[in-house]
Amino acid sequence: MDIQLIANFAYILSAILFVFGLKLLGSPATARKGNLLSSLGMLIAVVAGLSAEGIVDYKFIAIGLIVGAIIGGSAARLIEMTSMPELVALFNGSGGAASLLVGWATLYGTSSISTFTAVSLILAILIGGVTFTGSLIAYGKLSEKMTSAAIVFPAQRIFNSLLLMALIGSCVMLAISPSPDSIWFWAVLGLSLTLGIMAVIPIGGADMPVVISLLNSYSGIAACAAGFAINNNILIVAGSLVGASGMILTNIMCKAMNRSLANVLFSGFGAVKQGKAIEGEVNPISVEDAYYILEAASNVCFVPGYGMAVAQAQHVVKELGEILERNGTEVSYAIHPVAGRMPGHMNVLLAEADVPYEQLLEMDEINPRIENVDVAIVIGANDVVNPSAREDESSPIYGMPIINVDQAQTVFVLKRSMASGFSGVDNPLFFGENTRMLFGDAKESISAVISEFS
Amino acid sequence: MDIVFLTFILVLSVFLGFELISKVPATLHTPLMSGANAISGITLAGAFISAGLQNNEMATYLGTAAVALATINVVGGYLVTDRMLAMFKSKKSGAK
Repeated sequence: MDIQLIANFAYILSAILFVFGLKLLGSPATARKGNLLSSLGMLIAVVAGLSAEGIVDYKFIAIGLIVGAIIGGSAARLIEMTSMPELVALFNGSGGAASLLVGWATLYGTSSISTFTAVSLILAILIGGVTFTGSLIAYGKLSEKMTSAAIVFPAQRIFNSLLLMALIGSCVMLAISPSPDSIWFWAVLGLSLTLGIMAVIPIGGADMPVVISLLNSYSGIAACAAGFAINNNILIVAGSLVGASGMILTNIMCKAMNRSLANVLFSGFGAVKQGKAIEGEVNPISVEDAYYILEAASNVCFVPGYGMAVAQAQHVVKELGEILERNGTEVSYAIHPVAGRMPGHMNVLLAEADVPYEQLLEMDEINPRIENVDVAIVIGANDVVNPSAREDESSPIYGMPIINVDQAQTVFVLKRSMASGFSGVDNPLFFGENTRMLFGDAKESISAVISEFS
Repeated sequence: MDIVFLTFILVLSVFLGFELISKVPATLHTPLMSGANAISGITLAGAFISAGLQNNEMATYLGTAAVALATINVVGGYLVTDRMLAMFKSKKSGAK
């Protein structure tokens, strides 16, 4: 009994540490300490959890801990920063699966399960299952092991509605008579896993920031449900912190695309009407001319997008930025909230390349002074700088807030070829009078400009 | 009574979560997500009970798998978050 009391007080301590950890994440200067505090909280919670009443055998626990630590540790060490979205997707999935399994195991645990416990553990299985398979599909799309385009088929909505109804029905049946041997249990398990797949396949690659945030939130909510099922406070507190975090990020991502969550989840982007066709001439520029313009510029702003991650161009971008600074130019990096494949993707890549975080500007910081920018260099971004979003009411992305690079004095667009962006929408920026296209691989183009400087 | 008590905790934590997270700057959103991943590994505390009770063989196996998966989250999540945050440098503290 005494040990139980101590364990519960230890949970309070770890909850406090989680909260302070998240608080310190409010600034890049203190964030690392925050993560350390949070991990200390986790350590305390784990030790307290090990002392739980009734644990008789630590053998299997030890096996699980060792296996998990080896896999998690090596994944964290070996992952490339460009692959962070994939890793986070997988972590979301394993969190969901863990909650699913705890819910499942709890079904075996006690002989008589109250309705409240039954509902909680069914929710843990349901949300955990959706998170698990949904995250695997998200991983497949992000790593391009499967097509990143939206997968749609006829009668998809009808199929999904039927699936959802069958799932709800099975949940109710299982809640009435909870048993792991019941056919309804297998129905809930199978249908949840299927729902996870069906929910993510119709979502295209550019909408991945929303999906990852949402699955992040689900993994927390699943932990929360598991907490209700086994009557454990710390699971509820930590799970709801994660759930809230994912929800906020989801909301930020949706706002940054001017779309509702329902619109992202239920409509493939391809199906939207096409905006006005754009006609005009593009102005290509040579590396040499680009050098002359940059050399004379006093304010340069880089606008990176997913293409920078693909080309692994962050290090050369930083190198060029440094050369320009030594040349007396003011250098900044403007980052749109949905640039890349997950929230903050570009920031991490630029931080990896040693760009100080003071130079990383948010969209709302750069837009009011974009007219003072002599040269805006767009690297692998497209939809987030597309002026149609501001001007063309018939455009599918109309209303989405963008970085107004077209209002800078000069715009360089680094681009492989004249293909349109992920959404398939034409970009009038490329035809703008102050726009110069620097065709070719982003990394090679920038390296070429750098060699002009030396 | 349990229901009321647990729901009370849930509601307060959600509000606290919203307050805290909305103050995290956009530049730290990726570390925030991987850090949240690590915290969601808290399921570990529940998984211990399933893996250690030994009153049903199947529950033990399921619990062990849950322990392994949650540990991946905890260990992997904290390590990779730390690795990322170590890269965020200020101009003053001077990368170079």
